[in-house]
Amino acid sequence: MALEAEVWSDIKPIPLDDGPDPLAPIAYDAEYSEAMGYFRAISQRDERSERALKLTERIVEYNPAHYTIWHYRQQILFSLNKNLNEELDFVKEQIESNPKNYQLWHHRQVLVEKLMDASCELPFINEILNDDAKNYHAWTYRQWIIRTFNLWENELDFVNKLLDKDVRNNSAWNQRYFTLFFNPTKPTEEFLTQEIEYVIEKIKMAPNNISPWNYIKGIIAKSNKDIGILEELCKEIEKQDIISPHAIGCLVDIYESRARKGSATDKEEGIRICTLLAEKHDAIRKKYWEYRKVILTSL
Amino acid sequence: MDTSEKQNRLLVDLHVKYIQSLDTKKDDLEYWLTEHLRLSGVYWGLTALDLLNSIDALKKEDVVKYVVSCQHDNGGFGGHIGHDPHLTYTLYAVQILVIEDALDAVNVDKIVEYVASCQDRDTGAFTGDEWGEIDTRFSYCALSCLSLLKRLDAINVPKAVEFIMLCKNFDGGFGVSPGAESHAGQIFCCVGALAIVNSLHLVDADLLGWWLCERQLKNGGLNGRPEKLEDVCYSWWVLSALSILGRLHWINKEKLIEFVLVAQDSEGGGIADRPGDMADVFHTLFGIAGLSLLGYPDLKPVDPVYCLPKHVVQRIGLAERYHV
Repeated sequence: MALEAEVWSDIKPIPLDDGPDPLAPIAYDAEYSEAMGYFRAISQRDERSERALKLTERIVEYNPAHYTIWHYRQQILFSLNKNLNEELDFVKEQIESNPKNYQLWHHRQVLVEKLMDASCELPFINEILNDDAKNYHAWTYRQWIIRTFNLWENELDFVNKLLDKDVRNNSAWNQRYFTLFFNPTKPTEEFLTQEIEYVIEKIKMAPNNISPWNYIKGIIAKSNKDIGILEELCKEIEKQDIISPHAIGCLVDIYESRARKGSATDKEEGIRICTLLAEKHDAIRKKYWEYRKVILTSL
Repeated sequence: MDTSEKQNRLLVDLHVKYIQSLDTKKDDLEYWLTEHLRLSGVYWGLTALDLLNSIDALKKEDVVKYVVSCQHDNGGFGGHIGHDPHLTYTLYAVQILVIEDALDAVNVDKIVEYVASCQDRDTGAFTGDEWGEIDTRFSYCALSCLSLLKRLDAINVPKAVEFIMLCKNFDGGFGVSPGAESHAGQIFCCVGALAIVNSLHLVDADLLGWWLCERQLKNGGLNGRPEKLEDVCYSWWVLSALSILGRLHWINKEKLIEFVLVAQDSEGGGIADRPGDMADVFHTLFGIAGLSLLGYPDLKPVDPVYCLPKHVVQRIGLAERYHV
């Protein structure tokens, strides 16, 4: 990435002041080193020019996590009134090769905030999620886009498609909760009843998948429903001879809620299956199930 | 001694040598491309060395001089000399100076001023720097930093707590921002931050404790979210949160110890994210800190809230202030 000599003839690069040895010493890749030398020189005098912009491009292509360069680049872009849509294309390429870089996603957010135009964003995020449906940065950014630009309308369809593809995608389950409860339009009672049916079907597909279990318990708690509505599901899984610690664990929740209302048989049954989980079906979490047993016993 | 035998125990001497050698790899471009992480690297290395009873492997005078050289006029610290100030690196700097008992080398009032300037008055959230990225990590950085400096009075603590609580999810965990998926790294930050300001009563300890211990996989390792791969660094993020909540025993200690030990590089030293991968100083610290929480022999105890050796936290009078 050699720099064109004539463009830079008036600048004397500043070598790295690396501080005292032995914590931060010298000697690195010549081209990166040259570019950084010019960067130190022009950032010191806060030069906001085309060549400075080009220089930051070179450096971030080498090192996209160099947050100081991104800040400088933003200042140059805004000072020179550059076409930010072109910058969106540039950062898109960068994100495609470094999808888990904080600086890149934040840079994109700054640009879109300035443009106040999110028309390219959801298709772009979809592309990234297509490669990695659990990319935390992409999801966080997506939530920001949806809230800021009020793009709630098709989100549940999108989540449905992702869960059809991979029912174990915890990020998609989280997005489902976000879509239902962070939306200014709150879900109706009727909708929530259908929603519980939907989740039950998904649990039946993979009873050992923790995500929908957490999700369904979350919406039951949120909407003040009785956890007992899951008893039939747990029993059905049990009958199919599938060992699902989550289904058995859910029965512990159900029995405990009834034991709290005074049911001695539920208390006994709860204690019995806690032992089963601790000794056999989820022995790695033995101490957790023993704790649940202590709580049940104390009721 | 063959490899598997070696990996039955913590290779203390090898790890000390590995951390010491990190600064001699200057011919690698990689070394320079991680320049923005240099200050973090010093914190990770120094903390690991202290836990390994070898803090003298790095010269105190050099460490302090280097940290001081990363401070800006506005009080904040950059990730390296000449890098912009950022809340994350400001915490690393303060942690290093507290370990070295050298806070008098810097202008503490300026640091406090900088950290306070990162709080958003309306939401109580913290931005990482003047560029506005918001993340519960930064809430932790601010609260931990000001607590270590005994200057929590400089910010609006109730507002800070309010923002963290907006990030609490239906599964009991916490994410990067309101509505974002629960993630073990963010959970450490939020639970740690709440512990610092005595607000652990706001955590649903049983629900979150279950979510955390559910991160342990059959091979003993821990992942950071459901259906993700195990990684040694979660031995810290998950364990510290469990420990703060008084539920460390909910995971299987023996299996986790075994998993961390197998991720050691038995030739070059250091610990990797998982067995067979390249070691790095980040995973080396979090592997060792995890082992320390698990009570592994001959390691100094670590404080789960501050991720500092416990004796350091005790020296400045902050140990065990938090209660579930």
